[in-house]
Amino acid sequence: MSAEAVGLTLYFVQIATLGAIYAVIALGLNVNWGFSGLMNAGIAGFVAIGAYTSAILTAPNGAGQLGAFGWPLWAAWLAAMGAAGVLALVMGTITVNLRSDYLAIATLGIAEILRLIVRNEDWLTGGPLGVTPLARPFESYGNPWAPVLFLLLLLAIVAVVYWLAERAIRSPWGRVQRALRENEAAAAAMGKDVRNFRLQSFVLGATFMGLGGAMLAHFSKYMSPDVVDPLTTTFLVWVMLIAGGSGNNRGAIIGAFLIWGIWAATDFLTAYLPSDVATRAAYLRLFLIGLALQIILIRRPEGLIGERPPRPADGR
Amino acid sequence: MSGLEFVNFYLIPGLVLGCIYAISAVGLSLLFGILRFANFAHGDMMSWGGYSALVAVTFLGIGPWASIPVAIVSTVALGLLVQRLFYGRLKGANSVVLLISGFGVALMIRAILYFLFGPTEVTYGLGIQRPFVWEGFRIQWRHMYFIGTAVAIVTALHLFLTRTRTGKAMRAMSDNPDLARITGIPTDRVVTVAWVIGASLTAVAGVFLAIDTQLSPLMGFNLLLPTFAAAILGGIGKPYGAIVGGLVIGLAEEMSSLPLIDGQPLLTPAYKTGVAFAILVAVLIVRPTGIFRSPQ
Amino acid sequence: MPLLDVRQVRGGYGESDILKGVDLAVEPGEIVVIIGPNGAGKSTLMKAVFGLVPLRFGIVAVDGEDITNAKPETHVRRGLSYVPQERNVFPSLTVQENLEMGAFARRDDWSAAMARVFEIFPPLAEKRGALAGSLSGGQRQMVAMGRALMQEPKLLMLDEPTAGLSPKFMDLIFDRVVAINRSGTAILMVEQNARQALAIAHRGYVLAMGQNRFTDTGRGILENPQVAEMFLGG
Repeated sequence: MSAEAVGLTLYFVQIATLGAIYAVIALGLNVNWGFSGLMNAGIAGFVAIGAYTSAILTAPNGAGQLGAFGWPLWAAWLAAMGAAGVLALVMGTITVNLRSDYLAIATLGIAEILRLIVRNEDWLTGGPLGVTPLARPFESYGNPWAPVLFLLLLLAIVAVVYWLAERAIRSPWGRVQRALRENEAAAAAMGKDVRNFRLQSFVLGATFMGLGGAMLAHFSKYMSPDVVDPLTTTFLVWVMLIAGGSGNNRGAIIGAFLIWGIWAATDFLTAYLPSDVATRAAYLRLFLIGLALQIILIRRPEGLIGERPPRPADGR
Repeated sequence: MSGLEFVNFYLIPGLVLGCIYAISAVGLSLLFGILRFANFAHGDMMSWGGYSALVAVTFLGIGPWASIPVAIVSTVALGLLVQRLFYGRLKGANSVVLLISGFGVALMIRAILYFLFGPTEVTYGLGIQRPFVWEGFRIQWRHMYFIGTAVAIVTALHLFLTRTRTGKAMRAMSDNPDLARITGIPTDRVVTVAWVIGASLTAVAGVFLAIDTQLSPLMGFNLLLPTFAAAILGGIGKPYGAIVGGLVIGLAEEMSSLPLIDGQPLLTPAYKTGVAFAILVAVLIVRPTGIFRSPQ
Repeated sequence: MPLLDVRQVRGGYGESDILKGVDLAVEPGEIVVIIGPNGAGKSTLMKAVFGLVPLRFGIVAVDGEDITNAKPETHVRRGLSYVPQERNVFPSLTVQENLEMGAFARRDDWSAAMARVFEIFPPLAEKRGALAGSLSGGQRQMVAMGRALMQEPKLLMLDEPTAGLSPKFMDLIFDRVVAINRSGTAILMVEQNARQALAIAHRGYVLAMGQNRFTDTGRGILENPQVAEMFLGG
């Protein structure tokens, strides 16, 4: 392979790797929103807590922050899921039964508070400098094999998470979630503990987001506040799920790769523009993605592939 | 710390911040009562108001105070456009879908602001003004204008809601939109009026904040959390509660840095935003309907 | 020509029809009562007449003009007033403000209408400054009916006006319905208290499973042994 071909391959591998990370996060949101109708506006917060948990547990003691725990990667990733889950459990206990506006603003608030902590608690997170360096598995294989193997690992994780999510939605538990979303009163009348079921869904979704965050940290090989831009992350994942088809796990994955592909491709194009124009073009892209979301919501709310079994008509 | 220091450095700034929060939260709450969902783009519409005033200051050569009407017109136009193009078309959809739509609108507005003005912070160039000083008591003139405007707005809104036909219809629709329709209240028109008032308040809050601090595309978004906290504290959908909620949050944020223990602030200023969040969480735990009892 | 003429209406909320071809007519000045078992479609019929439930088939006409599926505002302008069974007042508005809202669609002077409402429901005059949300169930029903009367409708539509009220208030409401009717307003009423309602009705309709079962004068239905056995509890 020529150097150029290798470069191009690596570029696509990188896009696919981030696509896989977003797919895991989008599957998490699908559990929250697609299964149970929970409006989680703090995706970035759950991603960040997963990312920092794994970063701190695996990093050598770096620039003065907590570290040198020397955890193996797999254990750190499980811990990342656990940390996101615990955060969701605490916040969910308070908010999961409130109206969706409150859940949304509360989750948005968590993301904000986490951002403040990350920026200000240098002893824990390294502050603006972040936690560095982080190990990415397979690095010893060199280019192009290391990134390819890492991508394959992440794709395998996507498959496992997908399998878990599918099992969950097809189980009696998943049917209760759908019933709750469609008609809370009826489900409550069936004797289902509404709050507990919602909380379970909230926590399960958050653990997936935490895992996605851990994957992101080790892909970037360092973790700092800039790695997770709170709004773009949360917003992009929402667009991914809605474009792909909320309620449908396959839709979540397709949406993640598709939207990330478009996002990254426009990056690729703007790279050829003069730098000041390129910065502006990036904002234009944000605007267009926002517009696309509006058009999907109005014209095709079920997304590319809708949920099956189909939702009954809006119960009014 | 002397009593005067407390007043000058904590009470007055707290009141000033509280007034800005209150104006913003009243707008949010009023619109919530009519639209039945929380407009997530509220913060970014505030930034929009701030930048509209900046355009007027730059191109018309008028002062920031005089440019408030320009900001109002521009923000109202934006609100009506968003209602027409996006929210209005999702009528009948699940209210969570509207939240998501609002989230998208917020990012779109922010993208426009970044595109046009870039990420750097700017000011209206008011320069430094001598504060009003009396017997050791100090207050900035602009802060007096803020407080005065807030009082005027609250009074005007109260008169509008209790004395005018449209104002009463607005309260009626906020109580029960279905009954309002049955009664023959033209609900579409009430929605328009609500946007005009809500967006005007948003614009005023945005310009005030920009006068007091700095204008940046993220300015309004940073106010979203305290605004929501204020609105929810006062009972969302209740404009009067939002006034109290705004003052409480503003005062609490400023008081959070009081050096009560060993001359150390209670809370590092970096975590000021956290105060609003803590209050929000406390309200959600204790009394999610807000601190005021509602009839029925 | 009937004031309200409903022909063969079919429709409901979702996929399945609740109304399966219902006829109904109200002549000017009449009291018409609809009775029937739970789930017969009585309330749905009222809502459908007022444009709150979509109709797939059939015609709703007022004074001979087709207003099928028109917006509720249209009905108000045509002289129809509707009092739903529940949540029928604005709780955070005062009694007086509730009444004012009833006149929202009017551009003329409505002070006479308000005086008339206070005449029909004297307790409201005393409570005019009180928040409607603070009132008892019976008083709320008066506010709701008063609100509907503010536009001086040709037809007043009441959905179970006595539901949940004490016997004392029940009698009072029936008495007021008759009084309102005497001043020329036609009344269309859904009622659970079938006997009492039929006793004041000019005509009655018995609905079951979304269809007409019997139509007769109020007295005729009361005395119909079949109706008595099936719907009036013996």
